[in-house]
Amino acid sequence: MKEVIAIKLNGAQILLEVLKAEGVTQIFGYPGGMTVEIYDAIPKYGIPHLLMRHEQAAVHAADGYARIAGKVGVCLVTSGPGATNTVTGIASAYMDSIPIVVLTGQVPTSNIGNDAFQEVDIVGITRPCTKHNYMVTSVDKLGETVREAFHVARTGRPGPVLVDLPKDVTTDMVNFKMPPAANPSNYKPTIRPHAGQIKKAVKLMLQAKRPIILGGGGVILAKASERMTTLANLLKMPVTTTLMGLGGFPGTSPLFLGMPGMHGTYRANMAINDCDLIVAIGARFDDRVTGKIDEFAPKAKIIHIDIDPTSIRKNIPVTVPIVGDCDISLKMMLELLADEDLSGIAGQREPWLRQIAEWKAASKMAYNQNMEGEIKPQFVIEELLRLTGGDTIITTEVGQNQMWTAQYYLFDKPNRLVTSGGLGCMGFGFPAAIGAQMAAPDKTVIDIAGDGSIQMNIQELATVVEHNLPVKIAILNNHYLGMVRQWQDLFKNKAYVATDMSGAPDFVKVAEAFGAVGLRATKPTEVEQVIREAVKIKGPVVMDFIVDREENVYPMVAAGDPIHKMMLA
Amino acid sequence: MSANGNNRNVVEKHTISLLVDNEPGVLARIAGLFSGRGFNIDSLCVARTMEPEVSRITIVTIGDEQIQEQINKQLNKLINVIKVVDFTGTEFVEREMALIKVKAEPDFRAEILRIVDIFRCKVVDVSPRHYSIEVTGSQGKLAALLDLLKPMGIIEVARTGVIALGRTKKGVKHE
Repeated sequence: MKEVIAIKLNGAQILLEVLKAEGVTQIFGYPGGMTVEIYDAIPKYGIPHLLMRHEQAAVHAADGYARIAGKVGVCLVTSGPGATNTVTGIASAYMDSIPIVVLTGQVPTSNIGNDAFQEVDIVGITRPCTKHNYMVTSVDKLGETVREAFHVARTGRPGPVLVDLPKDVTTDMVNFKMPPAANPSNYKPTIRPHAGQIKKAVKLMLQAKRPIILGGGGVILAKASERMTTLANLLKMPVTTTLMGLGGFPGTSPLFLGMPGMHGTYRANMAINDCDLIVAIGARFDDRVTGKIDEFAPKAKIIHIDIDPTSIRKNIPVTVPIVGDCDISLKMMLELLADEDLSGIAGQREPWLRQIAEWKAASKMAYNQNMEGEIKPQFVIEELLRLTGGDTIITTEVGQNQMWTAQYYLFDKPNRLVTSGGLGCMGFGFPAAIGAQMAAPDKTVIDIAGDGSIQMNIQELATVVEHNLPVKIAILNNHYLGMVRQWQDLFKNKAYVATDMSGAPDFVKVAEAFGAVGLRATKPTEVEQVIREAVKIKGPVVMDFIVDREENVYPMVAAGDPIHKMMLA
Repeated sequence: MSANGNNRNVVEKHTISLLVDNEPGVLARIAGLFSGRGFNIDSLCVARTMEPEVSRITIVTIGDEQIQEQINKQLNKLINVIKVVDFTGTEFVEREMALIKVKAEPDFRAEILRIVDIFRCKVVDVSPRHYSIEVTGSQGKLAALLDLLKPMGIIEVARTGVIALGRTKKGVKHE
């Protein structure tokens, strides 16, 4: 008999069968007592596993992988501390809507609730920071639960899903038949928007005199950047993109306003303040974008497209709410616009675009690099763009390094910036770069870091050296927790409490100790050479740029101020 | 904000009926949603429906229009929530039951029984020193009864929280 209807498998094997069925080709993880059975099965199923050096890094790597590969990232850890170490990574993926599935080992079902060794209620702990989570209590339900987890993670507004796997569930045997792809009846995200709302939105866009587009991370996730760009060019609408949306619209386009908000450009914030229409696409009006909410966009009507209905009217009242997939919504708008006579648009838009050009001229993003003086961190970013631009994938840590990257590295394509936007998680960039590199082995991947944040997951140098992953790290080293120091500079009379990092290690020696290459630039004239050399090396490199210690990120809007109230320098 | 800025700050009570999967952790998800986002729960009542795999949760919340909209949307977003109906602005009946243990000193026994009679409630337990009264009704009726009994000395009260059904022929069923 050739026909196999059901085969006897243990839970670990069933898990791997389902991972294969879901198209998983990379696992990031760290083993432990409660996942021994699963690890034993991994080689037999041939799914590559990358051993990280910390579970938090494993989740960030799965996150970076998911963004670049465009599929669900998978992370496998053990119970107790293995599980709790994933929480920061999960929370970051949740805030940024990144589809990952986190598989955690758990003590056997008979021990649950007994405070067993390495037992923790990880389902309880991660309830508020996962899209959904499950504990599998019987091997009979394992297959369908894991399939559902993948379905929930990747559909609708994507997000992290955790599946807790008690040890006995991984060892119990059962006659296994692959369950069909999940389609839970309770969970039906709205993909196709209401046609009437699209019509209303198009009408507002045609009437508007001073419209702008505000694109967010949803544009990247929905692969809507092409259509958003078409819409902007068609109606001559200037575009500002949030941190998560950078690359969703060409950073070098004349219609690009730059990023809005706390460290946004002068022209983006002034345009928001003065516009009569905001077309918000996959953006959720986070406080770093809006500033003081009561004074945000006082003259504007707002069209808000989002696949998650809770994003709409959460922070900002909306004129035309559109619940649905960003790309499908844009497609429907473009179809309606195809019937319109748009010959007058260029003339109609001229005064608004002229105004924006005036704002741009009034306050350019600028810094002063004296080639005889200290290295300006912004200069390093611009040199990185100049020397590696194009198809390079940039990840960032969090703080000044992240904001300078957002301001000075002009991303022309989506999925070229990988950053922890919502949670703002230091220690994200390096492991995320590892995930990105696994998803795109042939691309240059650079983590732009600070000397503070790189120390949060620096142990991953062992991971990149072991596998000779050519991830590059560019440390903007000011021997400070720079962003906090900036706040202390501006708001606490330069009382630099707990932000001096002069005790940092020699990063070149650290790199060498791990077996990576370390390079250092202390003068502006050395920057180009260091970058050129790093990119040439086919292995991991740490670039230590000793930068001007007290350079601040400008423009800046103080927390709680309206966004047009900017400190420009 | 310019657009529809009215009514945003009028705080109202809303009665919301949820059908949810009858599974461990579902109540924790809902309670966690309210605590995590700073929404108010005035009362909450859970029990199985006619279908054993489905439970009904009735929640009374307090908040302005924008918060109520968020509560409804956030509840709908939970995977284990099958259906959300906000009864506010619709025809519905709501009831709450309370058990009230009140001091019954000889001087007050007759008065308490008169009140029980007027409110059409029942004495379900009695001792030389107390009555336990069962009452069912709207929250207004319960409040009025408690007010009247207060001078006699209320020892303790157990309330169920509000349960509600729409007054349409159709039920809040899933599918």
